[in-house]
Amino acid sequence: MFEQPPLDLAFAALADPTRRAILARLAQGEATVLELAEPFDMTQPAVSQHLKVLEDAGLVSHRVEGSKRPRRLSKAGIDAMDQWLDMLRNALKANYSRLDQVLASMERKNAGPKKKGEPQ
Amino acid sequence: MSKLTLRTEGDTYLIVTRRFAAPPEAVYRAHIEPELVQKWMLGPAGWTMPVCINEAKPGGKIRYEWSHPQRGSFFLTGEFLELEPYSRIVHVERMHLPDPTPDNHVETRFVTDGSGTLMTMRMTLPDAQTRAAMLSTGMENGMEASYVRLEEMIKPGLARTGAA
Repeated sequence: MFEQPPLDLAFAALADPTRRAILARLAQGEATVLELAEPFDMTQPAVSQHLKVLEDAGLVSHRVEGSKRPRRLSKAGIDAMDQWLDMLRNALKANYSRLDQVLASMERKNAGPKKKGEPQ
Repeated sequence: MSKLTLRTEGDTYLIVTRRFAAPPEAVYRAHIEPELVQKWMLGPAGWTMPVCINEAKPGGKIRYEWSHPQRGSFFLTGEFLELEPYSRIVHVERMHLPDPTPDNHVETRFVTDGSGTLMTMRMTLPDAQTRAAMLSTGMENGMEASYVRLEEMIKPGLARTGAA
């Protein structure tokens, strides 16, 4: 359908706490600029500016409903980022636990024939 | 075993440390030899690494391909820059999802620590903004909690918006 913007745009968009808060709000469901401006105590142009960054990054989309343009999370953009985050989030921790086991088995192999219960 | 630590330095560095109960030679080899790398560099449960190419020499190619029965596959490419057995590896890498992520320059050191090894991995991101983006999404404080939070914030909305 649409070409997905580069992933680094999405991460750059997430570097701002207000934009993360806007995403968190949109995670609850669609919202208009007016609805978004209220809890953040921000002007509408300021919110619109943040929304533009999020839309350019492929994280937020909008539809037209009369004079309103409700915003929502863009599943494709979030999924692309999520896949990458998924790796980062768990990779190091899980990897190094496994590496502990690999190292232990390397040591057992080195100890080799001296080990009890090893096949001859 | 002490846990993973992760901290920042300057504008563009991310530093990971971890202790292992094995000598530097073993830890170094486990980072280089494909048949060892394929046993542990797998990320979350369910992923395998069917392709692991490590041309362990300066300029040598790196290619890791990961695969998951439901989530598909993706790959990483890179190049080795410097190798000092069994104390230091310098390489660059990028993920292809399929868009390439910004180049990550990685220096990994292995130092004897008692009967084990202290590994220090220094990642250099291309600019402060890229690192800020990585940090802001939760790598800073142990990664886990922040990511889980972010995911919890975002996931319920996805369920609601469906396959938008």
